[in-house]
Amino acid sequence: MDLIWDGLVKAFWLLVTGDPEVVRVTVLSIQVSGTATLLSLVLGIPVGTALALGRFPGRQIVISLVNTGMGMPPVVVGLFVTILLWRNGPLGVLHLLYTPSAMVIAQTVIAAPMVTGITLAAIGSLNPKLRLQILALGATRWQMLWLLMREARLPLLAAVMAGFGAVISEVGASMMVGGNIMGQTRVLTTATVMESSKGNFDVAIALSIILMLLVYGVNLVLTYAQQQRRPL
Amino acid sequence: MRRSLAITLCCLALVLSGCASAVSTAAILKAPTAAPSDATTLAKPANPELILATTTSTQDSGLLDVLIPMFEKQTGYQVKTIAVGTGQAMAMGQRGEADVLLVHAPDSEKKYMADGYGVNRQLVMHNDFVIVGPPGDPAKIKGAQTADALKRIADAKALFISRGDNSGTDQLDKKLWKALGVDPGSQSWYQETGQGMGATLNVAAEKNGYTISDRATYLAFKSKLGLDILVEGDQELLNIYHVIQVNPAKWPKVNAEGARAFDDFMVSKDTQDAIAKFGVDEYGQPLFFADAGKPDMP
Repeated sequence: MDLIWDGLVKAFWLLVTGDPEVVRVTVLSIQVSGTATLLSLVLGIPVGTALALGRFPGRQIVISLVNTGMGMPPVVVGLFVTILLWRNGPLGVLHLLYTPSAMVIAQTVIAAPMVTGITLAAIGSLNPKLRLQILALGATRWQMLWLLMREARLPLLAAVMAGFGAVISEVGASMMVGGNIMGQTRVLTTATVMESSKGNFDVAIALSIILMLLVYGVNLVLTYAQQQRRPL
Repeated sequence: MRRSLAITLCCLALVLSGCASAVSTAAILKAPTAAPSDATTLAKPANPELILATTTSTQDSGLLDVLIPMFEKQTGYQVKTIAVGTGQAMAMGQRGEADVLLVHAPDSEKKYMADGYGVNRQLVMHNDFVIVGPPGDPAKIKGAQTADALKRIADAKALFISRGDNSGTDQLDKKLWKALGVDPGSQSWYQETGQGMGATLNVAAEKNGYTISDRATYLAFKSKLGLDILVEGDQELLNIYHVIQVNPAKWPKVNAEGARAFDDFMVSKDTQDAIAKFGVDEYGQPLFFADAGKPDMP
């Protein structure tokens, strides 16, 4: 228990003094995971909506692949992205391995199926007659899509939170494709693992607390947006 | 109206933060981290990026946090230190995914050199392993020679925790047991964690078992463990570090000049002095012994 207390004290101290390494690591975490979440939304929401509303042969197979993707272990994603990106690999010419870009790519691959799957379920759970009614009232296709997304905003914001939560907290892929290099690719999760491995449990706990505060803060904003009362 | 405004603002905030992060991430990606302050006085190397593959225990000791900035300042190279298990570090070298290796697994290294994957293997430093165990010492190994101590553990069927991760430590572990003619893998008192040194020490401490640890990690964890050093100082317990350049003839994309520069740096006098002094302030004893230029250990 005294270890957790030490961690709390250390976390407080690191935050108050604005320890530059901790600040750098936190900022990079936000940047990498924020970008990855954004990209996964750009990819996932349109694809999820298209899958929900469209009808084409093989749709069931695609949907089950998306759902499988939601449960993909991040470390497996990390391994495959590493193999693609390393110097002598197919995409080696891009020189992306051990850079924040590689981490963004890996995290997007992790989050996109999640966002797609939840969007798919969200739009798919709307009453199909609603779509017809909107179209019947003279809406264009884009207006119809926008209205459906507004209608499904509770689960859609849940998708955003799930996507962000998945990538800000993942460590396996970030460690493999980023390399946990100080000043370049070290984020909160990889730093926590390293400090634990070094035996600096107070610093590790402090970083964990900072990470959880960060995630809580983001989710607080998103939950507030999600839970706005609908007019009766 | 207010509700949709709030939602729009939140989405806008998300999008803007995403864009800002994308822009600044792009900025981070384009501009390398701050160039060393002396860089203006020396020519920047043609390929400044150098990938150093080393082991987690080397990184955990903190030595590289001292040496790498020294190297970057002196030469202008930007080092990407990738600390992984020994097996992975050697595999990275074999695949040409690293430029230079700093490892401590002499048997693996010799095979590596024999297969032609490395050039210019140089002795850098050593530290030592210790056998640690519960203060009660049920197998009565305190003060014994290494081989004798392990034999007593085997005879007493005392709990022994191994890393089991093909690290340098693990390779030594297996080698010592093999020399005794014991096959520990088949014994219930021999348990493998598959993890790093710190985690393995924690398991040994929790279960009151024996284990082999490098001295540096043991010292770092000592206050939380409750394990004592029972065997130390033997020739067999030496943990020897070499630096190896990855062979550019096998992998043309390797940064050969950078690897050479790092290799030379590790055996240079100033670096060796820094190695010899490292850890004295914190632990009262140096964590490593500088060995460059001495006849190589077998």
